[in-house]
Amino acid sequence: MAHAHAADDHSHAMPSGWRRYLYSTNHKDIGVLYLIFAIVAGLVGGFLSVMMRLELQEPGLQYFSDPHTFNVFVTGHGVIMIFFMAMPALIGGFANYFVPIMIGAPDMAFPRMNNISFWLLPAALGLLLISLFVEGPPGSNGFGGGWTAYPPLSTVGHPGPAMDFAILSLHIAGASSILGSINFITTIFNMRAPGMTLHKMPLFAWAMLVTAFLLVLSLPVLAGAITMLLTDRNFGTTFFAPEGGGDPILFQHLFWFFGHPEVYVIILPAFGIISHIISTFSKKPVFGYLGMAYAMVAIGFVGFIVWAHHMYTVGLSLAAQQYFVAATMVIAVPTGVKIFSWIATMWGGSLQFRAPMVWAIGFVFLFTVGGVTGVVLANAGADRVLHDTYYVVAHFHYVLSLGAVFAIFAAWYYWFPKMSGYMIPDWIGNLHFAIAFVGANLLFFPQHFLGLAGMPRRYVDYPDAYAGWNKISSYGSYIFAFGLLVFFYGIWAAYAKKQKAGENPWGEGATTLEWTLTSPPPFHQFETLPRITGGDH
Amino acid sequence: MALTSINIAGVLGTAKHRLLAAASLVGLFGGGAAQAGEGLAKPWQLGLQDAATPVAEFIHSFHDGLLITITVITLFVLALLVIIVAKFNAKANPVPSKTTHHVGLEIAWTLIPVLILVVIAIPSFRLLKQQIAAPPADLTIKLTGNAWYWKFEYPKDAGGGFEFDVRMMTESDIAEAVKAGKGKKEDYHRLLSVDNEAVVPVNKNIVVQVTSADVLHAFAVQPFGVKVDAVPGRLNQTWFRATKEGVYYGQCQELCGKDHAFMPLAIRVVSEEKYKAWLAEAKKKFASTDPAVRTADNTVSTR
Repeated sequence: MAHAHAADDHSHAMPSGWRRYLYSTNHKDIGVLYLIFAIVAGLVGGFLSVMMRLELQEPGLQYFSDPHTFNVFVTGHGVIMIFFMAMPALIGGFANYFVPIMIGAPDMAFPRMNNISFWLLPAALGLLLISLFVEGPPGSNGFGGGWTAYPPLSTVGHPGPAMDFAILSLHIAGASSILGSINFITTIFNMRAPGMTLHKMPLFAWAMLVTAFLLVLSLPVLAGAITMLLTDRNFGTTFFAPEGGGDPILFQHLFWFFGHPEVYVIILPAFGIISHIISTFSKKPVFGYLGMAYAMVAIGFVGFIVWAHHMYTVGLSLAAQQYFVAATMVIAVPTGVKIFSWIATMWGGSLQFRAPMVWAIGFVFLFTVGGVTGVVLANAGADRVLHDTYYVVAHFHYVLSLGAVFAIFAAWYYWFPKMSGYMIPDWIGNLHFAIAFVGANLLFFPQHFLGLAGMPRRYVDYPDAYAGWNKISSYGSYIFAFGLLVFFYGIWAAYAKKQKAGENPWGEGATTLEWTLTSPPPFHQFETLPRITGGDH
Repeated sequence: MALTSINIAGVLGTAKHRLLAAASLVGLFGGGAAQAGEGLAKPWQLGLQDAATPVAEFIHSFHDGLLITITVITLFVLALLVIIVAKFNAKANPVPSKTTHHVGLEIAWTLIPVLILVVIAIPSFRLLKQQIAAPPADLTIKLTGNAWYWKFEYPKDAGGGFEFDVRMMTESDIAEAVKAGKGKKEDYHRLLSVDNEAVVPVNKNIVVQVTSADVLHAFAVQPFGVKVDAVPGRLNQTWFRATKEGVYYGQCQELCGKDHAFMPLAIRVVSEEKYKAWLAEAKKKFASTDPAVRTADNTVSTR
C-alpha cells in the first residue's frame, strides 16, 4: 500500500483515496474541495432561484400554495449563494489554490487550520439544509425572514427550531471564514518568497489580503448579532425586543456593519481575478498597479463606514442619512479607478479573445451597470421610492450575479487548465458566456423597470401590471440555467479530450508564478523558494 | 346611496361587511378610480409611477437627472470597450504597448468622478431635507402595521376619533362586489384593492405616524414619494401633500412573513368637502371596533 509508508515521510508523500481529501493539509487539494463544494451549493441555490422565477413568471400562485415556502426559498437562495457558493469559490477555492503559488509560498501558513476551515463548511451547509425541513413559524417549515434575518420576524415570528439551525449554520460558516482569513493574512504577511515585496505582489493576493481583513473585522460582529438573536429566542433576553427595552433596529445596525463589508468580501477577489485576466490577454502589465491595489484598500476601509445606507427607511435622522449618503458616494471613486484602470490596461494592448478574457470584458461592462445603479441608490432621496423594490434586486445582482459570478466563471476558464492540466475548448467557454450574458441580462435588466414601477422585493405574487417584465425576467433565468449545461459539458470535454495545457497555455501575458509550474502543479511547489527580481511598481 | 349600502352591510353582518363597505366608497366618490388619478403601476411600465406630491415630483426630476448621468457614464464605458475590441485586438495591434502609468490620466479619473458626485449631492441633500423635515401638519394620522393588515387611526382633535383595519380584497371579494353592482371590475385591482380606503384631503400636509404591533412592515406609497418602516417600539413619521385627487395604492415593503405580499393599503385623496362628508360617515361607521355595536349605530343613523 502506498500510504503504508506515509508515517515515514509524511511531509512529502501524496496520500491517496479519501484520506488525501478528508485529512488534507494541502492548499491545492483543499482549494479543489472548496470549488467542488461551491459548485454543489451553487446548484442548490440556483435551483431555489429558478423555482422562484417559475412562480413569478405568471401573476397568481402556481407552485407555492404556502407563500411562506416562497420566503424560505428567497432566504435559502441568498444565504447559500453568499456563504456557500460565492465565498467558497472565490476565497476557499481560487484564493486558497493560487495565492500561495502567486507569492511564491509552498503552502498556506496553517495547513491543518486550512483543513478545518473547509470541513466546517459542509457541516454549516448541512445545518442550513436541515433548517429548511424543520418548523419555523407555527405549522410551516423553514426560516422565511430573508438572509438579513431581521427581528422580530426572526425571533417571535419564527418560534420553531428552523431559525436556530440557521443561526448555528451561520456561526459555523463564520468560524470557517475567520479561520481562513487568519490563514491568508499570516500567509501573505510572512510567507512571500524572497524579493516579493508587498508592492510587487500580484493584485489577486492584494485583493485577498484586504478581503481577509474585512472578514476578520466584520464577522465577529455578525456572530455577536446572531448570538443575541439566539438568546432573545431561547433564553429570555430582549436585545431586540422593545417590550424588554430592546430595539429591532439595533440588529439592523449590527447586521449591516457586517453585511456591507461582506459584499466587498465577494467583489474584491473578483476584482483581483479580473485584473490578472485582463493583463494576461492584453499582453500588458496592469495599468496603475499601485492605484489598483490601494483602491481596493480604500474600498475596504470605506466599506466599514457606510452600513446604514441599507437602512434609509428605518427612521434615521436627517443628519445620519446625509452622512451615509455622502460616505456611500465616496465608494464610487475608487471603484471608478478600478474600471478605468482595467480599460487603460486593455488600451494599447494586443487582445486575445480567449474564453476567460471574454468573461472578463463582460464583467467590466456589467459591473459598471451595477455600479452606477448603486450611485442612484446611495442617494437616500431617490432610495426612498426604490428601497426594498426590485430595483435593489437588479442592482445587487448586477454587481454580484453578473459581477462576482462572471468573475468566478472567468477564473474557472482561466485557471482550470492549470488545476487539471487539460484545456477546456475555447468555443465552450465562449458559448457559455454568450448564453449567460443574454440570460442574465434578460433576467436582471427588466427588474430595474419593475423596481422603478414600485414592485416590492420578496413577493410571491404581484399586481397584474408587473406581469410583462416578470415573464421576460423568468425566461432569462431559464436561459442562464441552460448555460450551466454548457459549463458542465466543458468540464466533461476537458477530461474526455485530455488536451494538455502545458505550463502556460496563455502565452507571454501570463506572468504570475503559477504559470511557471507544471499543470497541474506539483503536490508541493517551491521546495526551493523562487527569488523575485526587479523593482517595485 | 352610500349610506344605504353601509346600512345593508350592517344588516348582513361581518362576513360580507368588508367588501360591501369598500364598494360603498366606490359609490360615494362617483364610480371609482378610473376617472380620477390612479396611483399604481401600468403594464410594461419603464419608469416611476406618476408623481402626486411636490416631493415625488422632486424625486422624479432628481431621478431623471441621475438616469441621464449614469446612462452617459455607462455608454462611455461601453464605447471605450468597443473601441478596444475593434482597435486593440491581436490582429489589428500585434505589438502591445508597455504603458503602465499616466499620472495625469489617473488624477483625471479620480477627480472627475468626485466632481460628478458633488454635483449629484447638491439636489440629493435638498430632496432629502424635504422628505425628512415635515412642515406643520394639517392632519396627523396614525398607521399601525400588523401581520397581515394595516390599521389607520384618525385622531379626535382632527375631527376623527376612530380607527379601522385595512385588508386586501381577495379575488372573490372583488367578484362579489362587482356582482353586487358596486363598480366595475376595472375599478378594482388584484392585490391592491382594499376593504377600507383611508381618505385624506387634497393640498393639505398629511403627517403619517407609523408603527407596528408585531414584526417589521413598511408603509410606502410611491406616487407620494414616501416610504418608512413600521417598527415595534418606535414611532416613525413621514409626510405628504397630495396635489391630485385620486386613489393611490401602497404595498408592504418590509418582509413580514407569509402574507407580506397581501397587505396593501389605499389612500384616496379627495376635495375638502368630500373629505368632511367621508369623515362624518366614517365616524359613525367606525365608531366602535365591535361589529355588533357598529351595526346598531349604522342602523339608527340612517333611519
